[in-house]
Formats: sequence, C-alpha cells, structure tokens
Amino acid sequence: MSASAALFVPELALLGVAGALFLQSVAAPERAAARVAWVPAAGLACVLVSLACVGKSGTLFWGSYQVDPLSQYFKAAVALGFAIATLNARIQPTLDSRRVSDYFLLLALCCFGLMVLSSAVELVTVYLALEISSYPLYAVIPLRGQDRQAAEAGIKYILFGAAATAVSLFGLSLIIAGHNTTYLQELAGRPWSFAEAPLGVVGLAMFLAGFLYKLALFPFHFWCPDLYEGASNETAAFAATLPKLGAVVALVRLASLLKPGLEITTLLALLAAASMLYGNLAGLVQKDVKRLLGYSSVSHAGYVILGFVSGTPQGLAAAAFYSLVYVLMNLTAFWVVSSVSVDGRNVALEDLRGLHKRSPALAFTLAVAAFSLVGLPPTAGFIGKLFLLTSAWGHGYNWLVVWGCVNTAIAIFYYLNLVRYAYTSDAAPADLPELPAAFRPRSLAWAGVLSATILLLGIYPNPIFQWTLVAGTRLLQ
Amino acid sequence: MPEFAHLTFDAWPVLTALVFFPLAACLAVPLAGSDESARRWTLFASLVEVLLALPLFHFRLGYGGYQFVELVPWVPEWNLHYAMGVDGISLLLVLLTVLLLPLCVLCSWSYIRERVKEFHVCLLLMTSACLGVFVSLDIVLFYVFWEAMLVPMYLLIAVWGGPDKKYASIKFFLYTLAGSTLLLVAIVAMYLKAGTFFIPHLSEAGFPSGFQHWVFLCMAFAFAIKVPMFPFHTWLPAAHVEAPTAGSVLLASILLKMGTYGFLRFCLPMTPEGSLYFAPLMIGLSIASILYGGFIALGQSDMKKLIAYSSVAHMGFVTLGIFIFNLRGFEGAMMQMVNHGITTGALFMLVGCIYERSHSRQIVDNVGLGKYLPAYVFFFGLFSLSSLAYPGTNSFVGELLVLIGAFEHKVLYGFLAVPGALLAAAYMLRLLQKIVWGEPSKGKAWKDLNLREWVYFSPLAVLVIYIGLAPGLALRSMDPTLEQVLAAFKAKAGPRVEVVEVPGVPKEPITEEIPLVNETMGETP
Repeated sequence: MSASAALFVPELALLGVAGALFLQSVAAPERAAARVAWVPAAGLACVLVSLACVGKSGTLFWGSYQVDPLSQYFKAAVALGFAIATLNARIQPTLDSRRVSDYFLLLALCCFGLMVLSSAVELVTVYLALEISSYPLYAVIPLRGQDRQAAEAGIKYILFGAAATAVSLFGLSLIIAGHNTTYLQELAGRPWSFAEAPLGVVGLAMFLAGFLYKLALFPFHFWCPDLYEGASNETAAFAATLPKLGAVVALVRLASLLKPGLEITTLLALLAAASMLYGNLAGLVQKDVKRLLGYSSVSHAGYVILGFVSGTPQGLAAAAFYSLVYVLMNLTAFWVVSSVSVDGRNVALEDLRGLHKRSPALAFTLAVAAFSLVGLPPTAGFIGKLFLLTSAWGHGYNWLVVWGCVNTAIAIFYYLNLVRYAYTSDAAPADLPELPAAFRPRSLAWAGVLSATILLLGIYPNPIFQWTLVAGTRLLQ
Repeated sequence: MPEFAHLTFDAWPVLTALVFFPLAACLAVPLAGSDESARRWTLFASLVEVLLALPLFHFRLGYGGYQFVELVPWVPEWNLHYAMGVDGISLLLVLLTVLLLPLCVLCSWSYIRERVKEFHVCLLLMTSACLGVFVSLDIVLFYVFWEAMLVPMYLLIAVWGGPDKKYASIKFFLYTLAGSTLLLVAIVAMYLKAGTFFIPHLSEAGFPSGFQHWVFLCMAFAFAIKVPMFPFHTWLPAAHVEAPTAGSVLLASILLKMGTYGFLRFCLPMTPEGSLYFAPLMIGLSIASILYGGFIALGQSDMKKLIAYSSVAHMGFVTLGIFIFNLRGFEGAMMQMVNHGITTGALFMLVGCIYERSHSRQIVDNVGLGKYLPAYVFFFGLFSLSSLAYPGTNSFVGELLVLIGAFEHKVLYGFLAVPGALLAAAYMLRLLQKIVWGEPSKGKAWKDLNLREWVYFSPLAVLVIYIGLAPGLALRSMDPTLEQVLAAFKAKAGPRVEVVEVPGVPKEPITEEIPLVNETMGETP
C-alpha cells in the first residue's frame, strides 16, 4: 500500500493544500484575506513534488488509474498552472475578502480533478475526474462582486456544461453497450470504424463532446468568450487555461482509439478546421481584450487537434507540448490584463494605449505573449506550432496543415492589435487608474519570468519535448 | 548529425558572434543614462560589429561551398540544428548588413528625437535578425530569423513613422506574414519528404516533380511578397513612405534582398523542376515589375515614393536575372542585389537628410539646391546616376549582366527589359534636375552637409565607384557558388533546360565563359 500511496503523491499534495484552505476558510473567514499569500508558494511546492515523482509508474484502483510519464507531465503542468494562476489571483479587487479562502479552495479542488483526469484510463473514472474538475469552476465563475455579467457567465457555463456532460454520459452508455468495457486499454483493441462498430463510434463521438466543450472547440465554444468577459480577470485566466490541459490529456488518452482515416478522426479534423476559422474571424472584430483571448482560445483548440489526427507519438507529444505552451502564454497574457486593470474592470483594447510608457515591462510581456499566440519565432508558440504542423503532415490531413497556416495569417491582425495599442499610441485613456507603485516590482518581476520562460521554451524546447515524446511513445506502444 | 565533408570550419565562431553581438548590445541600451549616450553606445556597438565582420575577409575565393560553418544539434528528435555558414551568395549581403548598421545609427542621429533608446534597440535587433537570415543553414533557424525580423521592423514603422504609420505598418506585417505562413508549410512538407531541415541536404534531396511544383509556389509566394514582385508590391511604397530614414534604409537595402536571396538559396536548388516550370511566370512578373515600377515612379511627386517604386523596378531586374538560369543572369542578380542595397539605401538617407531641413518629402519643396548645398547635390547626383545604372557606377554592372543574360536566354526578354533601363533614366534625371536646378530655389537658408552626414555618405559613395569600376573581387567571391548552383540546377532540372533555350543561341558550355567575364570586368578599372 505504501508503494501505491507514493504513486499518488502529487494529488495528495494538492489535496493537502485544498484541505488547509478549507480549514482556514471555516476557522477564520474574516482574516483569510491576509492569509492566502502562502497558496502560490504551496502551488510551487506541488510543482516540485510533481517533478520529484516524474519517474514513477504503475497502476492503482484496479487498473483504472495509471501513473506514467504522460500523467506525470500533465500533473506537473497542472501544478505549474495552479501556482501561476494563484499568484495572479492573490490580489483580486473584485473579490469579497471573506471569500478569498473559498476561492482558492475551489481552484485547488479543480486542479485536483485535473490531476486525477491525467491518470484516469477508464471511462467512468475519466468522467468522474472531469466532473470533479468542473464543479469548482461552476462555483468560481460568478465570484466577481455583485457583477451581473459574471452571474450570467456562471449560468451559461453551468447550463452548457451540464448539457455537454449529459451528452457525454449518454455517449459513455453507448460505448459500454457497444464494446462491453470501459477500460481504455481494452477499447484500444476494438474496431472504431462506423462500418464495424456503429454504436461505439456514435458513443465515442458523444463522449468526446464533454471534452471538446472544455477545450472550447467549435461548435462547443459558445460559453468561452462570454465567460472570459463576464468572469473576473483572474478567474478568466484560470478558466481559460487549466481546464484545457485536462481536455488535452483526456484526448491524448483517447488518441489510441482515433486512428487516422476513421470517421471520428475526420470529424475531429473538420471541427478543428471550423474552430480555427471561426475563432480567428470572430477575433478580428473584438474590442475587449478578454473576449479577444476567448476567441483566440477557440482557434487554438483547433490547432491542438492537429496533434491528435495523425495518431503518432510525435503528434501526441506535440499536442502535450503545445498545451503547456498554451497555458503559459495565455496565463502571461492574462497576467498583463490583470495587472493593467487595477480596479478589476474589463480591459478594452483602447485601455492598452500607451502601455509602453506606463509600464514598459508589462508592454513587453504582452508583446511576447501576443507574438507567441500568433506563433512567431523565437517564442514557444512558434516551436509548438511547428511541432504540431510537422506531426500532422503526411497522415492524410495535409489540408488541415495548410488550413492551419492560412489561419495563422488571419490571426496575426488581432494579436498584432494588442501590440499596436500597447506600443504605438502614446495617450493613455483618461479614466484608467494608474498602476499603483506598490504593486509594480513584484508583479513585474513575475511577468518578466513568464515572458522569459516563453522565450526560453521557444529557443530550447528539447528537454520538455523529449519528455512528452517519451510519454507519447509509451502510450501508443 | 549531417555530414559536412564539403564544409569548412573555423575556430572562432565568426557568424555566431556577428549575429548575437547586436542582440547582446541591445540589452545594454536601456541602461544608458541619456538619449545621447544611447546613441553613442549603439554607434560604438555597431563599429565593434564591423570589426567582428573582419574575419570574413578570410573567405576563400575559389571555393563554392559553405565557409565559417558552425553546427550544433538543437532539437535532435526533429533533426533540427543550429547551423550557420556563408557562401558566395550570402557573403556580400552579410557584409552589406554589417556596414549599414553604423550608417543607420548616424543617419538617425538628429532625425529620431522620441523614444531614442527603444529605437536603437530595434535597430540592433533588426541587424541580428537580418544577419541570422543570411547565415542560417538550417531552414527552421532561417525561418526563426525571417519572422523575428518582422517585429522590430514593424515597430520601426509603427512607432517612428510618418502620419499614416498605422496603416503602413499593419499592411507591411500582414503581407509579409501571410506569405511566410505558406513558406512554413513548404518547410514542413520538405522535412517530411527528406527527413532533414539542413539546407545543404535539402538542396541535394531531389523531390518528386509534382511535389516540387507546389512547394515552389508556396516558397515563391513568400519570397515574391518580400522582394516585392509586381502584384504583391503594394505594401512597399506605403511602408517606405511612412518609415523613418533608417527604417527605409534597412527595408530597401536588406529586407528586400531576403526575397531574392530566398529564390537563389531555396527555390532553385530545392525545387529545380518547379522553378523551371514556373520560370515563364516569374520572368513575366519580373518584367512587369520593371516596367510597372518605372512607369509609376515617373509620376511621383513624393521623393520617397519615387525611390520606393524604383526599388520595385530594380528588384525586377534581380528576379529576372535569377529566373533566366544562366551564369550572367545569376551574377547580375547578385550584383544588383548588393548595388541596390548601396544605392537605394543612400538615396533614402539623402531624402531623410533633406527632410530634416525642409520637413517635406515633396519634390516641389526641395528644389533648386545646386547653388546652395553643393555637397548634398554632389552625393545626390552620384547616387542618382548609380540608380539609373550609368556606366562607371555600380548598378551598371548588375543591370548589364542581367540584360546580357536575358538576351542570351531569349532575345524577347532582353528587349522587354531594356525599356526599364530607359525609364530609370527618365525618372531619376527628372528628379535630379528639379533638385539641382528647380526654380524657385528653396534652399537659400539651409546648411550644407555637416561632418556627420559626410561620414555616412562617403563609404557608400566610395563603394558605388569602386564596384562600378572594379567589380572583379565581388564577382570572384560569388562565382564559384553561383556556378555550383547553376550546375546542380541544370543537372536536376534535366534535359528540359535545353527545350527552353532558343535554338539560335550557341550552346557553349557555360563554364568556359566565366574567366572571360572576370578578366574584362574585374581587372581593368
């Protein structure tokens, strides 16, 4: 039993953080505000714990829970995202200070769910993990003072989410009916073409809906821009990034079922193509930075799918790598949004005017994030996209690769707009509060660390990529 | 690890130092106490950069392969390398880039008054990225630099540009990036066919014919936008007119060369059959660029716009020289690339120089300077003559070689291109006449060139005359590489080369003609 507990250490660490937060919120809700400063540090400790557990492998809970390089990679990524997101959310102008502990508790629980998800290799477990990670989010979204938009966003998220998970659950029942098993390993050996197993294919397509919803892939994306706009900046940063990691890991697990050429794979490719185009076209006309990032994530969901359609270890590795890059660059962009918006309001493109004067470091960070989102070298976004495109080529989906590149060309405009507003116009909008002096040094230092990480990953992706490649190879053996 | 028996190594990493020194130097710029010290530091750094380029003069002249090669694995899983090297195609472009940096700093000395530090950071970044483009031997590394250069260039136009800078800068960015996305597709496709990103290996790969056709189109689209060739040129006048002087200089002298460099480095060696198949199209577009650019330049009232359109025409000669597939054409194209860099860069500096006095780029606001600014007019005359390819100046060599090559290839192409040379004379002389003798004179109260301005015009003026009278050294440096490219091209593009050639032209082996060119043009000043 001790050996199996050792496999579970990253989850336990995060659960420990959640437990401490729970006690804190029950014991002294009034004084909690001052006492959450330790959470990012604890998040960082979780990253270290996850990294320490990298070499572990084994199965738990009657084969439904697998610890392998892939799960450890995603656990470390989730922990890293948790650390950054909580660091970002430390100071949250629109959050009632009595609720701060609860807020962090919910974030920690969501991350716990994601960690479980990255190890789940049995469909019911996958489904449960998905739900564990979703419920805290439903509660977190509306926590933005008395904001009506936030409440609306919360309702939208929960309604769409409930519908998607219901479809997902129905699909699960069809898979069970068709194949009489829920273990991925056994399912991988079954036929997945429509001609041979129609019930299973329909079931899988419906089951995927739950994850595509998390990923905000067209046509499951409707919640995404509204949620980003409605939720507070810090919450949006979290909701925009970490759940996507969960969706990607689940898809990577399911990838052994998605052979190139199958109907379901082609369906995914088509959805990816539609997602890229729709996200980018809609992004062109956005005025609100968070909405813009929302549509950007719709298009990025399409790019990630590129990694799944090839059915090769390289493709899975590229998708896993890109999802980490995606989390980093989005958290960086949201970091700037959260820092610029001192009083917690939404940031419009106009509000970025003259940012280079008000805060050169933030402007630079925004530029790095934006250029990484476009996929310009030498940022991590470029190298991630290159890996994705390269992996998808030559497996019958060349059109999708070309489509992805054309879409990059469309997307430049709105990402460039971020940089343009930040750098080329001098006048700051009159009604925007100045960045407070006390807030600057630390937040700027972290912004610098984030942008340096993006550049470093772009220049030297090898260690991380190697890791994901090992994970991908192991998975498809 | 690729084999590199045909490459030469050097102990000191000349190219890495060249590419990354400006990058390192730009980190120190924000620390400068005042704007003035930022300028001084950048000037100092640019002079150091020139010194760092001196080892390149060890370049072995008779050798056609890559020299000063550096090769380190980068991402072994994908066979990515950090590979750099120069050969006869890139050497002169590298030297030109290095030379232009201090001149750009000098010509912005009093022109740029706002956000001086950021400006110099952008200049240094530009130089790094441009050098990287020319020396990369790994196609992904090339692409990294190729795209990285867009950002500082965009900022140069968008921040320090003229009144319409937003429109111009976005247009520049969108055009070039739209083109290069397809270049990325081509890179990925070639990698999956050949299993390597290493440029020398890709050049030897030999892809299937149909594959070559569309890969050529993908790459040519990116390069044609950068050059820019006729239907894709509209970003250029906008960007040139709005960019600050140094931005225009970099744009004209270096960025445009990347497109033609790409044709020579990638399209011809990697997709020879595609190049051959689409050559009539490319030649047609080149001639269209020459004539269209010339005609439009004739009608401009804005000096910068005039020079921008003349660039379209001049670059048309370069692409024409490349796609006629003979040595004269290649030599002419290379010479024209270098010469256009020198001459047009200088012309943009001249416009910037007079703009500081008149605050207008309109020709009518800058007329009749001959009597009052003799030194300025001297340089203006010299560079204008060079621009219209007056014999004895540098551009003459390039244009003549291209025209000889064109006639050799097909008489019709030659005849179609010649009016371009006439148009150049027409629009440049018209401009020159107004600037020197126009009435009423605007320049009575203006000061003539100061020492700083003398300093940055002189090296370019010397080069104009030196290359004009003695192009031998330049030709000798590029010939072995060009011969190799041509021979490989002929071998791979197969017997169909013969079909394209006009039966009337005697088919002498090309190699025998080269020494002739060297003797006649090189050794007799």
